[in-house]
Amino acid sequence: MPEVEVGKSAGVIDCDIHPTLKSELDLKPYLSQHWWHYLQTYGQRTRQALIKGTPYPKMSPAAARRDAWPENGWPGSDLTLMRRQHLDHHNITMGVLNPLHPSGGELNPDLSAALCRATNDWILENWTRHEPRLKASILVPYEDGEASRREIDKRAGDADFVQVLLLSRTSEPLGNRRYWPIFEAASEANLPVAMHVFGYSGYPITNSGWPSYYVEEGANHPASCQASIASVIFEGVFDRYPNFRLLVIEAGFAWLPALSWRLDKLWHRMRDEVPHVKRPPSEYIKERVWISTQPMEEASRPHDVVSAMNDIGMDRLLFASDYPHWDFDDPKFGLPPALNAEQRDLVRSGNARKLYGR
Amino acid sequence: MAYFVAAEIDEIRPGQRKLVQVNGRDIVIFNVSGSFYALHNRCPHQGASLCDGLLTIAVTSKEPGIYDFDETRNVIRCPWHAWEFDIRTGRSWCEPNRFRVRSYKTEVESGEKLLEGRLAVQSYPVRTDDTYILIDV
Amino acid sequence: MVLRDLRAIDCDMHPVIPHVADLAQFLPPQWREVFESRGIPDFDSISYPPNAPLSARLDWRPPDKSVPSRLDDFRKHILDRWRLRYAIGNCCYGVHLIFSEDMAAALAAAVNDWMAKVWLDADPRMRASIVVPWQSPERAADEIDRCAADKRFVQVLLPAMVEAPLGRRHYWPIYAAAARHGLPIGIHAGSSYRFPVTPVGWPSYYVEDYASQSLAFQGQVASLICEGVFSKFPELSVVLVESGVSWYTPFLWRLTKYWRGTRSEVPWVDRPPIEIARDHIRLTAQPFDAPDDPAVVERILDQLQSDEILLFASDYPHWQFDGDAAVPNGFSHDLLQKIAVRNPLNTYARLHEAAA
Repeated sequence: MPEVEVGKSAGVIDCDIHPTLKSELDLKPYLSQHWWHYLQTYGQRTRQALIKGTPYPKMSPAAARRDAWPENGWPGSDLTLMRRQHLDHHNITMGVLNPLHPSGGELNPDLSAALCRATNDWILENWTRHEPRLKASILVPYEDGEASRREIDKRAGDADFVQVLLLSRTSEPLGNRRYWPIFEAASEANLPVAMHVFGYSGYPITNSGWPSYYVEEGANHPASCQASIASVIFEGVFDRYPNFRLLVIEAGFAWLPALSWRLDKLWHRMRDEVPHVKRPPSEYIKERVWISTQPMEEASRPHDVVSAMNDIGMDRLLFASDYPHWDFDDPKFGLPPALNAEQRDLVRSGNARKLYGR
Repeated sequence: MAYFVAAEIDEIRPGQRKLVQVNGRDIVIFNVSGSFYALHNRCPHQGASLCDGLLTIAVTSKEPGIYDFDETRNVIRCPWHAWEFDIRTGRSWCEPNRFRVRSYKTEVESGEKLLEGRLAVQSYPVRTDDTYILIDV
Repeated sequence: MVLRDLRAIDCDMHPVIPHVADLAQFLPPQWREVFESRGIPDFDSISYPPNAPLSARLDWRPPDKSVPSRLDDFRKHILDRWRLRYAIGNCCYGVHLIFSEDMAAALAAAVNDWMAKVWLDADPRMRASIVVPWQSPERAADEIDRCAADKRFVQVLLPAMVEAPLGRRHYWPIYAAAARHGLPIGIHAGSSYRFPVTPVGWPSYYVEDYASQSLAFQGQVASLICEGVFSKFPELSVVLVESGVSWYTPFLWRLTKYWRGTRSEVPWVDRPPIEIARDHIRLTAQPFDAPDDPAVVERILDQLQSDEILLFASDYPHWQFDGDAAVPNGFSHDLLQKIAVRNPLNTYARLHEAAA
């Protein structure tokens, strides 16, 4: 891709940065003795087999950029390196921290709630309170709607939290009633809900079973997001919670228009099945769904990517770097060069400012 | 094109690499089993520094399930999106005709010969007793 | 009317088996006994609830409002009305739902024999896909070998959701058999319901179930390409039937992007997935998920970067369009002719041969 020089004017808002623990010890101050003992004895367990690593092995250690390892600890665990390599280097004026481990997908529901609470405490004390450019997502034990509500209510007043975070491979489609307390609490707190890819639903990662390869896992992430977007629409979540907003992170975006069109056709044909859905699905998507740019789409003809962005709405796309992961998008070179200055500013910061109210 | 002295051979042992600035360019030099290869240090994808990448072998296959691991197929894997670039030609393995990184010819020459003025060189502290890697930039 | 002038080839219509009893005469006596004595009801799938609007267009339903199932219905509504050259029958009767591979194999054979007698023998314009027991790839291959002798069978039919992604080596005997006979594989919307229809579980509503068909095709395209099916079987083509179309190109962009960095994981994929797809994969054009806007339709078509990919289809009797609008506005006349005749002829080699 050709180089595009970016002026020093507008900074970048990065809606997806992944902080990591140096080790589980980081959480110890924020966990009860009981839960610390439990964690040391039984460990974290999710709906997949492995204690370490992931079912589909990544292409690089810790799924990280090879140049993002600090001298000590995991990529993403060192604020100094993150500042130097990313925040300062790319003029990130606001970065949103989305911790992926631990997640709300822990099988033991009480441990899940305790880990989320501990992680949210850890993030404040170790990250956002030290670095004003960094904000955070409220990690919630998303399979337990009421416990999630309690965590959201606890954090809602803290300006360091800008959204609620859950992972895309939930154990039911996201519009299912068990998740409604999350949407209710987030709406009341005026916080968007961010659905970030990954997690383990307990079902195969395709609806025809388990693929062999990591490349297939990557290619199939949008499928989970598509199912959950359809679900929140057809379960009437957007109607029920007029303030509920959904941000999809790390699934790319070019698939969203086709989903809109397909759901519209089906709604027109079979509205009588879902009378509580008052409007065509594409209208909900246009008004209540935002989507991150990462991983940036790569078409044979670059203008096709811009077409897709226009179909979605240039005001709905949020730049995300995914720092420090391997499929990181560079803020300078990760956006289509064909965007004009106004479009670039919207995607790099304007849309996020509006969504987060900052 | 002219040859520039880029480094002493002792600085880059087999399996190692060095990032140099030559004639205004960032170039990474690799030593693979005693031979030197030089590539522009910038991934054509999103600009990552190839010097931070993984030096490895490109596995190929003529049939699903059969892996051909020819250890002469040296590649540098970009530290970000893992694209593989042939060390010798700079061509990507995924789409060799579409994505490539500039590769530079290298030569090894003794300090003595260099000081004789045998090859055109830029100023670089050259000693008669040492041996140098030259890059054609 | 332009459609009638095309003399099109309909690459997806659905013969319906009204009752399992209609298959009795085609079943061996032992299986006839099983079905009768155990009172096994019909294998209708929740993929198409009979009375759901999508399952059959209202004006095509007979007076009793059932799903139209007779050849005469199809002639009246489509085959004669549009002056089709050929129509390919994809019988989606629930053979794919059965757990016993023996029962599935017996029923598949009965469905194919029924298809030959009730549809193919009755109208020289009819062609069919071979229904196979995917539950046992070896027996599926046997059924392909058996039916391939009848040249009116032009394709092998598989449902879009089974027990493992279709590219897995476990299923390769099916592709070997299809390739032996020069038959494409038709992957058709529908599920065996071995898993929920989404990777995140069971959705509450039918409308979501049908929407999730496009997810299935995404996974299958990735699997076929990444497992190297087209490397192992270079002559094989695959048709995605009733997929929705507009999801396809964006998916190939993503798959190709990921492949660039993960190439070493699947080194037999030796060129970009989007190029492999262009050579080996075709899509039926109905349903075509797009708004009623020719500019959008044109853009989707343009992004395919090939006019050889789409195949004309009615998807009869599913309610995907009204009147005779089998193709949305936005297709040029030239493209319409290609998808109606040239592309199907290129995809289904047997269409060139005279019927047996």
